[in-house]
Amino acid sequence: MPAWFGHRSVTLIVLAAIVVVLPLLFPSSYYFRVASLVWVSAFAAIGLNILMGQAGQVSLGHAGFFGIGAYAVAIGPAHLGLPSWGALLIGAVISAASAWLVGRPVLRLKGHYLAIATLGLGVLVALVITTESRWTGGPDGMAVAKLSLFGWRASGSSTWYWISGSVLVVGTWIALNLGETPTGRAFRALHDSEIAARVAGIDVARFKLQAFVIAAVYASLAGSMLAMMNGFINPDQAGFLHSIELVTMVVLGGLGSVVGSIVGAAVLITLPQVLTVFQEYEHVLLGLIIIVSMIFMRDGIVPTASKWLARRVRA
Amino acid sequence: MAEFFQFLMSGLTVGAVYALVALGFTLVYNASDVINFAQGEFVMLGGMVTVFVAAAGVPLPLAALIAVVAAVAVGLLLYWLAIEPARGASAVTLIIITIGASILLRGAAQILFDKQFHKLPSFSGDAPVNLFGAAVQPQSFWVLGGTAVIVLLLYAFLERTLLGKAVLATAANRLAARLVGINTATVMALAFGGSAAIGAIAGILITPITLTSYDVGTLLALKGFAAAMLGGMGNPLGAVAGGLLLGLLEAFGAGYISSTYKDAFAFIVILVVLFAMPRGLFGRRVVERV
Repeated sequence: MPAWFGHRSVTLIVLAAIVVVLPLLFPSSYYFRVASLVWVSAFAAIGLNILMGQAGQVSLGHAGFFGIGAYAVAIGPAHLGLPSWGALLIGAVISAASAWLVGRPVLRLKGHYLAIATLGLGVLVALVITTESRWTGGPDGMAVAKLSLFGWRASGSSTWYWISGSVLVVGTWIALNLGETPTGRAFRALHDSEIAARVAGIDVARFKLQAFVIAAVYASLAGSMLAMMNGFINPDQAGFLHSIELVTMVVLGGLGSVVGSIVGAAVLITLPQVLTVFQEYEHVLLGLIIIVSMIFMRDGIVPTASKWLARRVRA
Repeated sequence: MAEFFQFLMSGLTVGAVYALVALGFTLVYNASDVINFAQGEFVMLGGMVTVFVAAAGVPLPLAALIAVVAAVAVGLLLYWLAIEPARGASAVTLIIITIGASILLRGAAQILFDKQFHKLPSFSGDAPVNLFGAAVQPQSFWVLGGTAVIVLLLYAFLERTLLGKAVLATAANRLAARLVGINTATVMALAFGGSAAIGAIAGILITPITLTSYDVGTLLALKGFAAAMLGGMGNPLGAVAGGLLLGLLEAFGAGYISSTYKDAFAFIVILVVLFAMPRGLFGRRVVERV
């Protein structure tokens, strides 16, 4: 078997195949929309998983970066006359810069203290977005210009399905490969024991900061995509509950598992769509499902399933 | 000067509620190492159950008692059905379980009650009291007095009773506590029940001032968590101080600087405090063993 046909290639090929084949099963454009939502959320979750799963640092304010990306593509074209793709890049740069700036002091903190500090950052971003209504439309949100490249305008659920699907495959490819680079190995080393990593000569502060910046850029790009896809954005996307949703996707799918983040996003996005049948009971059922799956699948869906499969194969 | 006292009183009143929520976080955290994000839902339950039981014709004190009992029952169920079965799970997993519980409780409240805002009558009338030129709601004194009583009772319980000492022992070292014959499972159930009762009382006391609805818990949990961290996680006195400080910061920030960024001051100050003192204001320095 050639060296390039490793575990990572298989994962990537299967994912690409799913993205390509899935539309054949879709009876209506509504399914394209839900699937696009899954791809976009999965992209953000994969980024957060690099921070949480690989580097072992919690962020409870990650939707803040999602919000920065989303509002960049909203404000850029509307107030500054920028093209959407330019605003998307600027949003990613702002997210990276702010993650870099606040990351240094914040990532010195550990455990619950890191949790509250990142939560505070997220709350602050959401607050600024809600309050500066002259720029952001305040709590009501604002319209977002359509993405246009060389005169071609991206609109319609199926167009966005292909864009978000392709971006997800690229993001997955990068995340899978990152895990095998010296950087990825350094992340895992400081996840297991920061002190041991430091003794081994790893610049702990630098790698934590790198993971934080990478995760922020992933979230920002996802935010931009969602905003352009919906053609509308409101502060909820930057809020605490959305941060929690992202963390839940990562943990539910499996910390440290790139595929897990995609599965986690798929579960958490499609569940409410299915549960609308039960409308009134939607939240009760959602809460119940989160509790039950976290009790019985502590490692997350994908690691639990692969462990179960491995046991079956051996038996 | 009247303005100053006005902000001082409103800050202390809201701060007292944050302090009670933070106390609930601390109690559960000490006994079980769990950050219970459903803590805000106990406050919601306290207010909502009282409103609806009172509306059914039950006198207010009895309705309040029923609300506290209901919240304690929910707290115990949360421990037995969700936390206990997940024993040994990682901190993030446990946090997500409690967040799941808070979503569930909010959804249940929405079905059981409704989506409207509700008010309780003030316990002793609405005629404002003049204090150094500031007009103070009588209910503010109920909130501050109630908080003081709870803090003193909790202190007496922890320091003066055998069961309270068992709680402290469990908080200090769970294994050692079990070895000297303390039933740590009972202590943890007690912590969940106790924090639910404290939260519910906070909800009942504050509802005449701030109103209540099925979704007030989220923001309260955030502020309570922030207050507990500000004081230093796991320190009951720190929780009370952190809560009061947070309330004052908000009131003075809103009054003197900008009311639209009221919620921002608290978090900015917390970030600044954590940068300078990574264990919070009253947190102990912990030496990490390798």
